[in-house]
Amino acid sequence: MRFKRSLISGSIALFAVSGQAFAAKPTDGSIGFQEAATPVMEQLVHFHNVWLMTIITAITLFVMVLMAYILFRFNHKRNPVPSKTSHNTLIEVVWTIVPVLILLVMVVPSMKLLYFQDVIPESDMTIKVTGNTWNWEYAYPEYEDKVESFVSNVLEEADAKAAGKPYLLGTDAPLVVPVDTTVKVLVTSANNLHSFAMPAFGIKMDAVPGRINETWFKVTKEGTYFGQCSELCGERHAFMPIEIEVVSKTKFDQWVNNGGAFPTQLSEVKGGGVSAAPK
Amino acid sequence: MVSIYGDDAHDHDDGKPGFWARWFYSTNHKDIGTLYLIFGIISGLIGGYLSFMMRMELGEPGIQVFDSYHTYNVFVSMHGLIMIFFMVMPALIGGFGNWFVPIMIGAPDMAFPRMNNLSFWLLPVALICLMISFFVPGSAAGNGFGGGWVMYPPLSTSGSPGPAFDFIIIGLLAAGFSSIFGAINFITTILNMRAPGMTMHKMPLFAWGVLVTAFLLLLALPVLAAALFMLFTDRIDGGTGFFNPAMGGDPEMFQHLFWFFGHPEVYIMILPAFGIVSHVISTFSKKPIFGYLGMAYAMVAIGVVGFVVWAHHMYTVGMDVNLKAYFLAATLVIAVPTGVKIFSWLATMWGGSITMTLPMLWANAFIFLFVVGGVTGVVLANAGVDAALHDTYYVVAHFHYVLSMGAVFGIFTGFYYWFGKMFGVMYNKFWGAVHFWLFFVGVNMVFFPQHFLGMQGMPRRYVDYPVEFSLYNQISTYGAYVTLAGVAAFFVMLIWSLIIKRVPADDNYWGEGATTLEWTLPSPPPYHQFNTLPRISDDDGH
Repeated sequence: MRFKRSLISGSIALFAVSGQAFAAKPTDGSIGFQEAATPVMEQLVHFHNVWLMTIITAITLFVMVLMAYILFRFNHKRNPVPSKTSHNTLIEVVWTIVPVLILLVMVVPSMKLLYFQDVIPESDMTIKVTGNTWNWEYAYPEYEDKVESFVSNVLEEADAKAAGKPYLLGTDAPLVVPVDTTVKVLVTSANNLHSFAMPAFGIKMDAVPGRINETWFKVTKEGTYFGQCSELCGERHAFMPIEIEVVSKTKFDQWVNNGGAFPTQLSEVKGGGVSAAPK
Repeated sequence: MVSIYGDDAHDHDDGKPGFWARWFYSTNHKDIGTLYLIFGIISGLIGGYLSFMMRMELGEPGIQVFDSYHTYNVFVSMHGLIMIFFMVMPALIGGFGNWFVPIMIGAPDMAFPRMNNLSFWLLPVALICLMISFFVPGSAAGNGFGGGWVMYPPLSTSGSPGPAFDFIIIGLLAAGFSSIFGAINFITTILNMRAPGMTMHKMPLFAWGVLVTAFLLLLALPVLAAALFMLFTDRIDGGTGFFNPAMGGDPEMFQHLFWFFGHPEVYIMILPAFGIVSHVISTFSKKPIFGYLGMAYAMVAIGVVGFVVWAHHMYTVGMDVNLKAYFLAATLVIAVPTGVKIFSWLATMWGGSITMTLPMLWANAFIFLFVVGGVTGVVLANAGVDAALHDTYYVVAHFHYVLSMGAVFGIFTGFYYWFGKMFGVMYNKFWGAVHFWLFFVGVNMVFFPQHFLGMQGMPRRYVDYPVEFSLYNQISTYGAYVTLAGVAAFFVMLIWSLIIKRVPADDNYWGEGATTLEWTLPSPPPYHQFNTLPRISDDDGH
């Protein structure tokens, strides 16, 4: 059963990559965030790239240019006699007030993002994520009579290659969720701390034993998404990736009604191309 | 007068005790300061070795160096603990603090010289405990403790049942007591032993930095000690369950306790460096510090606000959104006094007559790199954005920019500034410059690309990573080689200046810009200085 599911979902992943959807994983050499797949991440990227980067780049350049100018202009050869100025109340007030104003301007969109991200909207479905040492267990409380909870393990290097998944990101059993659906995620842990993180969704929530944390996402693009455990959890911390497969609502219903596996339909498998393996 | 370090006749005049008594029973603030510096260098080598091995491992995807994943986690954890508690703190506070705070305020020695001796000698004991922990069982996975420097339970309780972590608890308690004693000593010395006329508002900024630091230590370290002790009793079979949910405890309580200590701790590591950089900037601009009072009270403000922002390290633990909003706002406030310091340094240089000596080079690099580390701190303070960046390499890059480049550049600024004063001989300019440039290029190569890794989502403390993170990890590892060459140049500089070619240092080898009291004494200062207390007149600068 487990074997069957992973085999089939693997071929679906291939299909997803080559077809209308895409695989969101890190890009080597990129200098920005991964492409946003949820409204939260879109806002996060916007706030970071437009607001924060503008502000911090301006400040850094300002200090750098000013410092270079000072070191050039007031070099002892060019300026042998130093001034003795040690106070100027006006400028001291200015460089206290101006940063305050900058921060006030920044804090408004920052708070908007925080509350948008943190206050969970009316959700369409719930999934429960449990961190173990060292894998993730996924359960669908609303569909528990149809879909058993299952464990998602990292694929060994050879298996990942065979399944066409990136090593240390790909798993044997991805979490499957429907697209354009508000999904509430309950996160907890069976033992150590873990953290359930999905860069493209803009979510990261610690898995804490004895607590159930909540977060949410609403993915707007079908595809396969990869994340990794983000809180040190012991020996195999680097080996418990998170793989989320986002499918159409119809396909998700099929998946649920099929007991947590995709029905093998010839047309779907044919749609995929082996050459399009993500790498 | 030029005095030569190690001059026998001079020794007798000073009444220095014999070697064993001088260095092992020492109660002299300058000797203890030297011991702290040597200790800091040794710990820096250990911590540096650990980080170099990590970079070797991460040079390319796959497993290169560590046959056990657990050992990698042990290296990660011990690198943090050793660099913080045994390198930065001893060098900045114990080393330069002991050496120059009494001299700068015109005092003959520290208030409690014997407690000073105890403060120092607790540290080697503590470091030995930490070193032992490498070689005793930590968890089923192997020797040593692999739970990170933050020591979060349950990984540090049920997750690491072996004695390795008990040794770390004992070692850190010893190091904590060392710092608390040191803090009491500094506070008492600074509040009670300033020379006549040296009012608080005339006190050099380095003394201000150490004073604020000492208060932070005094308030923060007991919280760490309590948290460590709670871990200790939680670890006992049939013991307490403070952090064990099965017994009604909560692992997140530890995180609150830890960061209530941990956040002031980052200011503990940077405030003395702020002080040193202020003196260096002022000396080589031949100008008094611009906005002295603003500079002093900016440090006080950073210290005070530093106590109410701790949970910005915990945005992802599942806190209430309103709490996150509070910690977001409070954290941003810190940018204001920090900005005051940056701008005041620039204003001090403005209109000055700047000589670009080696300490000035380090100080300017400090300011610039601290700004880079500071602005990424502003990014991380935004709880919303932190959801993407928390526990990724972005955080690693951020805190190494303020520590590996902030605090450590501050240490080297002070080291080169006071080298002649402490050792009586001048540093070798060539090897010092080689050290600076290799180090500057190296650490930037190591840490700048890590911002990009973090934005792409690479989590911290990973022994292996997907091939998609290769490029920047490779650059980072090449940077580690360059940094290593820089460290080698530092030791060549030391050997060259102290042994091969000794160039005696004048009393005030920096000239008219250097106005604090240490420059009125010979280099090195006599074994006991200020037998007659100096008087500070009203028109003296700071």
